[in-house]
Amino acid sequence: MQAKQLSVFIENREGRLDEVLAVIKAANVNILSLSLADTSEYGLLRLIVSDPAAADAALKASGFSSMLTDVLVVRLMNKVGSLQAFLSDLAKTEINLEYMYGLTIEKEGKASLVIKASDLAKASEILLKAGAELLTAEDIAKL
Amino acid sequence: MIWSKNETLERSEIEKIQLERLQETVHRVYEKVPAYRKKMDDAGVKPEDIKTLADLAKLPFTTKEDLRDNYPFGLFAVPKKDLVRVHASSGTTGKPTVVGYTRKDLETWTECVTRIAVMGGATPEDMAQICFGYGMFTGALGLHYGLENLGATIVPSSTGNSEKQIMFMKDFETTLLVATPSYALRLAEVANEMGVDIKKDLKVRIALVGSELLTEAMREEMHKVWGENCLVTSNYGMSELMGPGVSGECEYLNGMHINEDFFIPEIIDSKTGEVLPAGSKGELVVTCIYKEALPLIRYRTKDVTRLMYEKCKCGRTTCRMENLDGRTDDMLKIRGVNVFPGQIEEVLLHTDGIGPHYEIVVTREGHSDKLEIRVELLKATDDYKELKSIESAIKAKLRVVLGLDAKISLVSPNTIQRFEGKAKRIRDLRNKEGV
Repeated sequence: MQAKQLSVFIENREGRLDEVLAVIKAANVNILSLSLADTSEYGLLRLIVSDPAAADAALKASGFSSMLTDVLVVRLMNKVGSLQAFLSDLAKTEINLEYMYGLTIEKEGKASLVIKASDLAKASEILLKAGAELLTAEDIAKL
Repeated sequence: MIWSKNETLERSEIEKIQLERLQETVHRVYEKVPAYRKKMDDAGVKPEDIKTLADLAKLPFTTKEDLRDNYPFGLFAVPKKDLVRVHASSGTTGKPTVVGYTRKDLETWTECVTRIAVMGGATPEDMAQICFGYGMFTGALGLHYGLENLGATIVPSSTGNSEKQIMFMKDFETTLLVATPSYALRLAEVANEMGVDIKKDLKVRIALVGSELLTEAMREEMHKVWGENCLVTSNYGMSELMGPGVSGECEYLNGMHINEDFFIPEIIDSKTGEVLPAGSKGELVVTCIYKEALPLIRYRTKDVTRLMYEKCKCGRTTCRMENLDGRTDDMLKIRGVNVFPGQIEEVLLHTDGIGPHYEIVVTREGHSDKLEIRVELLKATDDYKELKSIESAIKAKLRVVLGLDAKISLVSPNTIQRFEGKAKRIRDLRNKEGV
């Protein structure tokens, strides 16, 4: 039940993010979400896209250091406490959450979240048991 | 142990051998190599003019450009069919330097390296792991045949796959390590990461390091990680002259003994080309006097050293060359420290995850020089910790090699300029206005 995230190294230089986005656009791939932390020298651009493999290949061909990373995409109700309800089950385990960021908020009142954890298989097992809905690559491509 | 009686001859006996071999070599290259005949004719010198060793100074120099102009085989003194091997040095330029060996040259090379290995403490009982890259580079095969000739057991593990290197080292009980100093330090790091206790689990007692400078700081660092009792010696050579085997340190660590029956060293003023008096520091020039395929005459090494002729405590009488500071043409002075780009390059070359292209930027902030090294990240990652660890690995190694702190800037692949000709990897902005 894992999804693929695109991770791209970019140095902190004017126009660099734009170059990455241009390559993804030229590959006709849609960006659903991204996360970029604030560091002085460089950053890791993390993206959820409609076709991760195509975007990865296009970026590599353009000389970027990019790779696909397994992540979980959890869909939950967009209401108070739903995130905490799922995560508290994870908190009881040895699994570390490495980073998280939001995906889309849908019309039907659901919201999705990207989660990178130290043990994705175990994390997805726990989340499924707690009744979470995990999106696959195919689901994401349809978003 | 001393391998050859030729290492303990009286000065007069060494010089007698040198003169005979020099005269023979000069006659032969004049006869067989048109480029040398032309050089000598232009300089107005004939083979018969070489009557004493001092007459060597009459002969024109050979430079790297000569090798390049005569690429690939133009300076060879034998027909191609007599070659049994060729090697090439990578170099920073478009065309590599190509060198060749006859069967007899390979025997000579093996003899030279065996002597150096013995100087460094090697014995037939040693298990010798060769962590130099095999291939066109002369280092690996040179040490390989020299140590095999001695009777040591060779583990030709080459470079890379450092975890496996450590596994072999442990399981085979390797006693002798051949590597560049920076790779030897890298291997120690990997061993630690793997939880291998170098002093307990490994048996390495000798490190023969070469192909990059061994500074005293690096030797200390080597002892720290490989143990106080590990004998760390450096050896010297270059593919144009033969490969490794030109000279090496003995256990007294008092300069590198030159195999003088095969090579004649001179020290010159690199600006004027004048031969400097004994004991002076200057550019090392070497003449190959016992090579068939590529006997270079007065080859300018661009390495700076000093020659010492006093007999060594080890019993050898051969001339020693002081350990190198670096090359004449590319030294930078940063915060009063001599920095050679080659030192930085070697560190980068032996760091995983980054590419071979780099740029050195030196600036001045207030009264202090700042050193920045820009290098391309090759390894794709999703982990900031990994980026930090690449950075800090480079920084830590540079601190050992240079004694300086540098800022490391990781950049995307293919963003550092590439050069067809000689690479310009240094941007020294200290003398520019406003910096």
